[in-house]
Amino acid sequence: MPLPDERGYFGSFGGRYVPETLMPALEELTAAYQEARRDPSFWQELEYYLQQYVGRPSPLYFARRLSEYCRGARIYLKREDLNHTGAHKINNTIGQILLARRMGKKRIIAETGAGQHGVATATAAALFGMECAVYMGEEDMARQALNVFRMRILGATVVGVTAGSRTLKDAMNEAMRDWVTNVDTTYYLIGSVAGPHPYPVMVRDFQRVIGVETRRQVQEQTGRLPDVIVACVGGGSNAMGIFHPFLEDREVKLVGVEAAGCGLETGKHAATLNRGRPGILHGSKSYVLQDEDGQINLAHSISAGLDYPGVGPEHSYLKETGRVVYTAVTDGEALEAFQLLCRTEGIIPALESAHALAQAVRMAGEMPQDAIIVVNLSGRGDKDVQTVARALGGEG
Amino acid sequence: MKGNRITQRFSALAQEGKKGLITYITAGDPDLDTTARLVETMIEAGADLVEVGIPFSDPVADGPVIQQASARALANGVRVKDIIRMCAGIRQKSTGVPLILMTYYNPVFQYGLENFARDAARAGVDGLIVPDLPFEESEELLGHTDRYGLALIPLVAPTTTEKRLAAMAPAVRGFVYCVSVTGVTGAREEIHTDLAKFMQKVRRHIQLPCAIGFGIAGPAQAAAVAPYCDAMVVGSAIVDLVARAGTGDPAPAVASLVREIKCAIEKCA
Repeated sequence: MPLPDERGYFGSFGGRYVPETLMPALEELTAAYQEARRDPSFWQELEYYLQQYVGRPSPLYFARRLSEYCRGARIYLKREDLNHTGAHKINNTIGQILLARRMGKKRIIAETGAGQHGVATATAAALFGMECAVYMGEEDMARQALNVFRMRILGATVVGVTAGSRTLKDAMNEAMRDWVTNVDTTYYLIGSVAGPHPYPVMVRDFQRVIGVETRRQVQEQTGRLPDVIVACVGGGSNAMGIFHPFLEDREVKLVGVEAAGCGLETGKHAATLNRGRPGILHGSKSYVLQDEDGQINLAHSISAGLDYPGVGPEHSYLKETGRVVYTAVTDGEALEAFQLLCRTEGIIPALESAHALAQAVRMAGEMPQDAIIVVNLSGRGDKDVQTVARALGGEG
Repeated sequence: MKGNRITQRFSALAQEGKKGLITYITAGDPDLDTTARLVETMIEAGADLVEVGIPFSDPVADGPVIQQASARALANGVRVKDIIRMCAGIRQKSTGVPLILMTYYNPVFQYGLENFARDAARAGVDGLIVPDLPFEESEELLGHTDRYGLALIPLVAPTTTEKRLAAMAPAVRGFVYCVSVTGVTGAREEIHTDLAKFMQKVRRHIQLPCAIGFGIAGPAQAAAVAPYCDAMVVGSAIVDLVARAGTGDPAPAVASLVREIKCAIEKCA
């Protein structure tokens, strides 16, 4: 049976848990997406922008020096960091902007944690001449000043959120409030495979291009499918994008990597699938970090992009079915992997992606030399260099 | 549903030809003793039904006033089970006034749907409002609330289509909460929605009483809204008075606002 079902459920996860004001808008969006999905001209237009503007396909790069360092499996990097604006987020924003335009919407809102989705949204809005407001927690604005500046240059309004933890969770609350208020004119461009139906399936469909390309590229370069694919999971869109075209290939092991922050036992982490339990947050039923009363816990990660107490519902489903294994990597391990990639390959990865890299390095040493690991290098690390410098005591 | 206090209260109001006043307060802001006292104050001042909010960490349907009240209550460590116990205490003192709990779905889900319905009903709670639970997702909870005689009260919005109203009509219990604006809770200077048209649309599909809420700041707006509904909900304006009182006693200000609004809708002035 194709997932999700018509109510937006992946097994027992997903659905639509939003104020009634938004339900007609979600119905409208679902209908518009179903219609666009069946329209070849929609995909042709998307493909045009992905090739000519985003720069797809992104390379699948054999990281020879990194692999030699690990003394084990061959590690390949899917270079989403080379996309225009520096991350996988642009695949989805171009897709959704084209849809918003079909729906006749003139104003776009978004929420952002690390700022990559905000920059990608501001970029796509500029490209199509739409008004754009991006909600961002003030804590994240401080951590990601470079991306705040980029969004403003691109013509977007960045709205600082002072409520709660001042991070992605609160930015998402504020974006939903804006949408409830301006639902007639406004398109809410969600950046991950989270939120109410149809966002999880729609964002996954727009990010599948990562996995589709990887599949072709790895076969061209090695003559076979990889043994392992590793991707980081905050909300989970880059992971869903690269995993999805491999779900039926049982011989390919899929590993999602969450942020263990200061350590899973410290309570200061963002490892929703490892340490959370099913609940309802931001419009869908999925794993959530929460207390006994169902109050949402604060997440912690050195990476603003992973610092989220929820996760996309399809990941919850893939966890429960056992198809994907979800591990966690600490701030310290991610920082080590960050430096390792810089020095062995001359690539500065996003801290999000460094979590996936750390897991790959962990696994590679225990695998034979003819084994193949693909790491989704979901974004570049320019935005994170100050965070890394602070963490390393100003030396980097 | 058996002779629920909500149904009885609306029948009594209809017989007297009066409009009902539903007042909202966030439980645990600043503490549960104050909340219990304020509920009694509001009842004495003329509230016909009282809505008690269980705070949630991520209240996406609420504006800043209730959002901040929720944050204060949670910072004070208020727990769901303590709020239900507080309701039982209020019920012992005030027999006739319907009590309604308002909260988001996750606290109810974590408490356990059946446990929540059972414990709330046993505490003397009459109704439940869950703003992030549209009727498509409410079937399971409705099974439990119906079993324990708790009315699961739905919200409808100006954006709600006729098709949706028709589909949800069989699942409406107690009354229907009509959101007067597209937006979040909070007092507003003006309500731009065409209430006459909106309420006509709702009443074409739903025969139960209609309450209007969101944005009613004071007596003048209450009087303006009254002709279109059977009852109205005043929330943020009251919660704001609690916040303004700080460490002082908010009861006098709350009592006087409730009396003024009650007076305005009964045209007693």
